[in-house]
Amino acid sequence: MRLEIKDLHVHYGKIEAIKGVSIVVNEGEIVTLIGANGAGKTTMLKTISGLRPVTSGQILFNGEDISKMPAFKRADLGLSQAPEGRGIFVGMTVLENLEMGKYNRKDRKKEMAEDLEKVYHLFPRLKERAFQAGGTLSGGEQQMLAIGRALMSRPKVLLLDEPSMGLAPLMIQNIFNIITEINKTGVTILLVEQNAQQALQRAHRAYVLEVGNVVKEAKASDLLNDPAVRAAYLGTGAH
Amino acid sequence: MANLKSSLNLRDKGAEYWERSPKWRRVALAIFFIAICYALPFLNNPLVNTPGSDFQSVLFYPVGMYVLMAIGLNIVVGKSGLLDLGYVAFFAIGAYTMAILGTKTSLNFWEILPIGVGLAMLSGVLLGTPTLRLRGDYLAIVTLGFGEIVRIFAVNTDAIGGSRGIAGIPTPPDVFNAKFTILDPKPYYWMLLTFTLLIIWMVRRMAARRPGRAWDAIRQDDDVAQLMGINTRKYKVWAFVLGAAVAGVGGVVYASQILSIVPDQFNLNISILILACVVFGGIGNVWGVILGAVLLAFTPERIRFLSQPRILVFGIALVVMMNLRPDGILPKKKREHFDPDWHTVEESGEGEIK
Ligand SMILES: Nc1ncnc2c1ncn2[C@@H]1O[C@H](COP(=O)(O)OP(=O)(O)OP(=O)(O)O)[C@@H](O)[C@H]1O
Ligand SMILES: [Mg+2]
Repeated sequence: MRLEIKDLHVHYGKIEAIKGVSIVVNEGEIVTLIGANGAGKTTMLKTISGLRPVTSGQILFNGEDISKMPAFKRADLGLSQAPEGRGIFVGMTVLENLEMGKYNRKDRKKEMAEDLEKVYHLFPRLKERAFQAGGTLSGGEQQMLAIGRALMSRPKVLLLDEPSMGLAPLMIQNIFNIITEINKTGVTILLVEQNAQQALQRAHRAYVLEVGNVVKEAKASDLLNDPAVRAAYLGTGAH
Repeated sequence: MANLKSSLNLRDKGAEYWERSPKWRRVALAIFFIAICYALPFLNNPLVNTPGSDFQSVLFYPVGMYVLMAIGLNIVVGKSGLLDLGYVAFFAIGAYTMAILGTKTSLNFWEILPIGVGLAMLSGVLLGTPTLRLRGDYLAIVTLGFGEIVRIFAVNTDAIGGSRGIAGIPTPPDVFNAKFTILDPKPYYWMLLTFTLLIIWMVRRMAARRPGRAWDAIRQDDDVAQLMGINTRKYKVWAFVLGAAVAGVGGVVYASQILSIVPDQFNLNISILILACVVFGGIGNVWGVILGAVLLAFTPERIRFLSQPRILVFGIALVVMMNLRPDGILPKKKREHFDPDWHTVEESGEGEIK
């Protein structure tokens, strides 16, 4: 599944948050979108998943323009987002949250056990916590749940908004390993990250977003060695 | 204080007892409870009777009617989290349908009932479709306006009696031996109770299935619900429409009992009071909502002998209670940890809203 964004403009009232962005995510890739706070990364993902309306531009999902399609239908197409700040249903148990991820699957009854097993395999902690309320999970566990829930819909393209936010270093490694593992099963991933170091190591290609514009596009490994990117997003000591 | 709190924690104890009960005990309890409800008009206990007003009438209105309406509003406010301050409008539409068709045509109560419910639902769709994209406060204001507009429209429309309303509304035809007359409120109470039980049953079925899951998700996070593939607009409109239908039933039944209606009966106070029943009893939990409605409808009648100060006493009691139990008397269960044995995943396509 190829995701292509063409000349996208998005407004919040009069403020233009996305000012003509074009990006491509090819089938099977991990593409990362890095940028400072307020650059418009979350806005990009919300617009792709349909939570924000576009002002102009196209969102092509496998060639079809979905920019006018309501969010819930995009979910049916195989576009799945783990939102920023996790967006766990706090009043539902872990299991119920995971079940929600399958809400609209036609074959949800047949798939349920198998997919739960897959998610529990990736995140054994979720299995232990299956009957605990989502709101009482730790931050890291909520992040696992958000990703696990997004996987329950068997997505073709997965949108991840800062999956490493607020996690301990060991957990960050773990989450990125899992993202790589998910990608290896054939899921195309668009990854928004503040942790540019990790994101660039894992991704195939990368875009740098600055106040609503793409200022750089390159192979992820090239950006890792780009002096300007290193200075702005990786800090001086990073390797 | 801690002691008081835990002894007031009927919700969890009740739920636990229920969940742990075998099927036969649940059936027996339900039959017992329902039988008591039907027998209530014959109860001559000085503790629950209402000096100053006819107990059997009080059972029908306000108690029964408030319970029915609170259950309906709970679908909207409690289940899907939409604040509707104009709920009385749907009650009025049901009542006016009964009044107009009952006096101007030869249709009887049973023929008018589906029409009244249908019109209430239709107005729910018409109001809900454009307004349900609004969030929180805005929705509250718009619905509040709608409630007032319906009333003011009735006041200003001479064809439906204007501010004098409509008199001479026919009573329902007899059912078996039950005769519906102005003199005997019992058959009306039993009819209302029967409708209420049916509606509870339907709402509970729905809440345990896909619509209930969708409402749950929408209430907690509308955006994330959409990401899960839920058509949130559709489910919100449906919650609104189902709530309207319940109020429509109430309106038709009410008008057929009271024989004459005037627009000012359908004022903002009713909307607020029904909402108070829902909040006071425990938003989202149908048993709490029923208890809230019973208490809020019954208490002012029970203390009628206090005449003027009774509303003040009632108000103070409400404030004190809400401080003791901010989530209501029987709040919706707070989910923290679940015993896996209790968890029954009712993943069924049944009851799905198309
Ligand atoms: N609901 C909103 N209303 C108005 N402006 C908004 C809204 N949401 C975001 N913005 C603005 O749009 C711009 C982009 O925000 P966005 O959340 O996309 O940034 P981001 O790149 O995800 O930042 P961060 O790394 O901090 O998450 C910011 O200037 C922000 O203030
Ligand atoms: Mg962001």
